[in-house]
Amino acid sequence: MNALSRFFARLEGPQTLGRGPGFWIGFLIVLAGACAYPLFSDGYTVGNTVYFFTWIFMALGLSLIWGYGGALSFGQTAFFGIAGYAYGILTINFGAAYGFTFIALLFAVAIAALFAALLGYFLFFGRISGVFLGIVTLSVTLVLERFMAQTAGPEWKIGAARLNGFNGMSNMPPLTVPWPGGDIVLFPDVQLYYVVLGMLVLVYLGLRILVNSPFGNVLVAIRENPERAEMLGYDIRKYQLGTFVIGAALAGLSGVLYTSWGQYITPSSMGMTAAALPIVWVAVGGRSDLTTTLVGTITVLAVFQALTIHGSQYALVVMGIMLVLTVLLAPRGLIYALARLIARPFSKRQPGDA
Amino acid sequence: MPMLQTLGLNKRFGGLHVTNNVDLTLQAGEVHCLIGPNGAGKSTLFRLILGEHLPSSGAILFGGEDITSLKPFQRIRRGMSVKFQVPGIFKALSVRQNLEIAMQHHYPPAVLGEEIDKLLAFLNLTADSTRLAGNLSHGQKQWLEIGMAVSLKPRLLLLDEPTAGMSPEETHATGEMVKRLNAQGMTVLAVEHDMAFVRQVAQQVTVLHLGKVFAQGSIDEIVANEDVAAIYLGQTTAHETAHEPAGGPHA
Repeated sequence: MNALSRFFARLEGPQTLGRGPGFWIGFLIVLAGACAYPLFSDGYTVGNTVYFFTWIFMALGLSLIWGYGGALSFGQTAFFGIAGYAYGILTINFGAAYGFTFIALLFAVAIAALFAALLGYFLFFGRISGVFLGIVTLSVTLVLERFMAQTAGPEWKIGAARLNGFNGMSNMPPLTVPWPGGDIVLFPDVQLYYVVLGMLVLVYLGLRILVNSPFGNVLVAIRENPERAEMLGYDIRKYQLGTFVIGAALAGLSGVLYTSWGQYITPSSMGMTAAALPIVWVAVGGRSDLTTTLVGTITVLAVFQALTIHGSQYALVVMGIMLVLTVLLAPRGLIYALARLIARPFSKRQPGDA
Repeated sequence: MPMLQTLGLNKRFGGLHVTNNVDLTLQAGEVHCLIGPNGAGKSTLFRLILGEHLPSSGAILFGGEDITSLKPFQRIRRGMSVKFQVPGIFKALSVRQNLEIAMQHHYPPAVLGEEIDKLLAFLNLTADSTRLAGNLSHGQKQWLEIGMAVSLKPRLLLLDEPTAGMSPEETHATGEMVKRLNAQGMTVLAVEHDMAFVRQVAQQVTVLHLGKVFAQGSIDEIVANEDVAAIYLGQTTAHETAHEPAGGPHA
């Protein structure tokens, strides 16, 4: 087996649910359905679907940090917000010509990752773990929210970009593809849908390869028993930091896509409620697996959206109840439990296995 | 050159002097057992050697290199390996994956699978390779962890009460395994309570008492030493030993 085929063989492995032709045929059917969906819908609805997709990157990143690495970060929205604002500041100042929006996307994600690297260095090399990691990351998020909330005055601007306090920053250009004969502006519509869907497939498959690689092996080893992992010769703090940065970059990607989708970002995207929601999506779906996280996030977001339309603030209460029920009834996640239930008749199991 | 040397190793926790000027020397190729009553400082000395604690003063040499300030993973990479007292395994992962995590950086990917199969067979766990490690019997967990420790191909294997909770048969089998590894050239340092095991494997024995090296020698010398018998029976008080460290005859 050469290196390339070994690389692709890692699309399935012990760290991911779903293997064999059955799973991949199902994957292709779902993907084909997702590709065909705009044909049976209108641009407005498809544009709204993109809104759901933008959150999934952050959820997958949290699954990596928390579900695989065992470190609960309560601060993913900090990276979301940093990247969102960075995208706004960059594109408002430098415009959208020559595909600059995509360069701004990369820069914004890199800024979020750099911030995570700095924060993560002090967290992990300071040996902060468990609930304290959650407390510190949440605090950082709330500090950022408070800071951005007080930037209403005209003195708070970077170049042409006013930060605008609680009113939020707006009017940044959407992602724009340079094209001979006229740039393609990706407003929330079918074209943006395909771009984001493509990113989603790439990130999902890329993460599957990552978690089934030796890196992923060490990651779950740290979750299971950090002392043993270190005593096998692994510098566990480097692995934790690397994971934290990847997760933060994905949250940053969500932030950029959200900002360019709505041409709008506010400090409340980093607030207490916003910070708690990713944890609900990921926990309810099943944090220890990428696929259940993905399915769970879409499901919870759809439920949340439906509830918001009909009952506004009650939606948050329902989210809280869902989280409590998940923790009590299916601690590994509702979608995860469902997946195991469906797979049970098809898999041979050793007596005594959980 | 000795495999491992501690020079005047001191560790204080507040006012408590847990290890007191410990000089310990392990020659390459020997099986060395560390014994002593509860609270003698065995575990602390073990953790100092591993780097989980840093000494208050003193030095640790490994293969002649000063490793006193190195982090645990750096010591492991220099050729140490450890088996903990409570089985340190990855419970929610399969037996096979436990070994893969230990071995993945020690073998090229092309032969990794075969090497894991070999080790599974050596550990008598082939039939259990897909089970979750947390569902193994206690003895099997101990063996799995020994397997993980050994798979790093260490120069020095550290065992913290390797037979804790094992039946006499399992203890004996573990002793045979240690002898076999030693015959392949591995130096072994074991903290052990079980004297049958110590008798079975030890070439050198160090007795710790109240944080100090109380006696050192071959197993026969230690067994014949009346002072050692006395501390195990609790007849020697802290006051007396403080005046007669040299009375513990160094062999």
